Amino acid sequence: MRRFSAAEKREWGLFALLVSPNLFLLGVFTYWPLIYNGYLSFVRWDLLSPVKIWVGWSNYTYLFTSPDFGAILFNTLFFTLGSVVALCVLGLAVALLLNQKLRWRNSARSVIFSPVMLSGAAIGIVWIYIFDPRYGLLDVLIRLAGMRSPNWLLDPNWAMLAVIIVHVWKNLGYAVVILLAGLQAIPKELYEAAGVDGAGSIARFRAVTLPGLSPVLFFLVLTSILAGFQSFDIVKVMTEGGPIRSTTTLIYALYQEGFVAFNAGRAGVASVLLFGIMLVFTIVQFRYSEKNVHYA
Amino acid sequence: MNRDAKTPTAPDQFADEWAGQKYSLVRRFTGYLGMLLCVAVIGLPVYWMVIGAFKVSQEIYQVPPTWLPKQPTLANFVDAWQAAPFGRYYVNTLITTLFGSGFEVFFAVTSAFAFAFLRFPQKELLFLILLAALMVPTQVTILPNYLTIAQLGWINTYQGIVVPGAAVAYGTFLLRQYFRTLPHEVMDAAKVDGAGHLRTLWSIVLPLARPAIVTMALLSIVAKWNDFLWPLLVTNTREMRVLPIGIFWLMVEEGTINWGVVMAGTLFVVVPVVLVFLYAQRYVVDGIAAGAVKG
Repeated sequence: MRRFSAAEKREWGLFALLVSPNLFLLGVFTYWPLIYNGYLSFVRWDLLSPVKIWVGWSNYTYLFTSPDFGAILFNTLFFTLGSVVALCVLGLAVALLLNQKLRWRNSARSVIFSPVMLSGAAIGIVWIYIFDPRYGLLDVLIRLAGMRSPNWLLDPNWAMLAVIIVHVWKNLGYAVVILLAGLQAIPKELYEAAGVDGAGSIARFRAVTLPGLSPVLFFLVLTSILAGFQSFDIVKVMTEGGPIRSTTTLIYALYQEGFVAFNAGRAGVASVLLFGIMLVFTIVQFRYSEKNVHYA
Repeated sequence: MNRDAKTPTAPDQFADEWAGQKYSLVRRFTGYLGMLLCVAVIGLPVYWMVIGAFKVSQEIYQVPPTWLPKQPTLANFVDAWQAAPFGRYYVNTLITTLFGSGFEVFFAVTSAFAFAFLRFPQKELLFLILLAALMVPTQVTILPNYLTIAQLGWINTYQGIVVPGAAVAYGTFLLRQYFRTLPHEVMDAAKVDGAGHLRTLWSIVLPLARPAIVTMALLSIVAKWNDFLWPLLVTNTREMRVLPIGIFWLMVEEGTINWGVVMAGTLFVVVPVVLVFLYAQRYVVDGIAAGAVKG
């Protein structure tokens, strides 16, 4: 067996000293909750009583057979897909625009990015005022087009769209910054080569821009999907999941079951489910960046 | 192939140039128009919030609304400050943000240094364990963490808000990648000079990695300042609320009957972040862009 020098052993000690607080906290507040969520999903418990009743799979069967569950899943997918598509399409349009040699484009980029930095709760509140069908900014603009504003947040048909609009408005700058970086990383020679071949701007976009951008676009899609599943503060502030549960997503259902209805078992099921769904996307992202990212 | 046949004659060349110029003029015009539209779409809601905060109550509920406050007033700010203990909210948010981000940066730097430069048996395995934490979004941990914090008697305390979010996996990962790109010669020279590990960390690694650390710290500070879900769960007294929770309750209490006061309150929350962003936007924007392109 190899013998370790005193210096090496001292290095181990320092390593342990530096790393253990971080790992300990991750263990307590990141890994332990996963196990405990699994356990909670099999009990009935109101967070207060000293006894937790083991109920087997009944929390799961309750959830999967409840009519609300289908709606919650639909809301989650609708919110996530809707905002991801909007973020990619609008983000790409704005990034292409700002990729041109225009004056003030860096200032424009900063303005567009700024909502990313602001509190989601504050943004949500400002937008409630904007959506107000009587005194809101949006009604002023809609009237210019000769129409009247819907009752955005009190109408179950419109509330989800309103929440998506705010989420997209807040996160557009993130998409733009990432796509712009991707555009600028495409080698200029490729465009010049395409130009020599006589490719028009649409042909160049399809032959050079889109393939060159695809790794970044993929990264954006995945991070936006994950962000969509996690979005909480805008929903909480603007609609509290309503009206008639029309904006209740999985994360909001988790909060409601756990911290409003005090039903630890059902919140446990929601946690397990949310974790499972997000794990799939996270693994896809990891796999992908392992393959395509080159660390210096 | 006859090359000469392809050489444009002089008049054609001029026509091409003229057409190109016209094209680029149109293109530039639409470019600026598009840019203006984007800035308007992002800027108008912010403008609406700011002017709302300066409008007197009757003006807010006037149809059609005004684009500039007719009698600009500061009363909303005074009222908001009196309607809710914003001074206390600021103190709470400052404490939780500074300690929260301070821990995150400290843990990220020390762990990344250890993983990048120190020897330890099964180090790679430990690093994988740390990385796996990236797969666990904080949202799915709220219920067990709430129970843990309650068990510790930390509901309505600063440590209850700060400690569960103090550990850091992503920042450790990023900084470790960055540390590994630092020139080895400098590190070796320090060793030859007899500098201990902590000396090397402090006087060589930290200064060299400053841009990466500053970016990480800024993103962490903004995230902690804006954090909403966790403080909402672990505080239930007015005195322990942080700004995002405070503004939420101000809206619930004053809401649609007093938008001017609520808008003044939201300005209390966002203005400090806007100032930080104005000062440090390069770090933040470039850091986020680098995260996507380099990983």
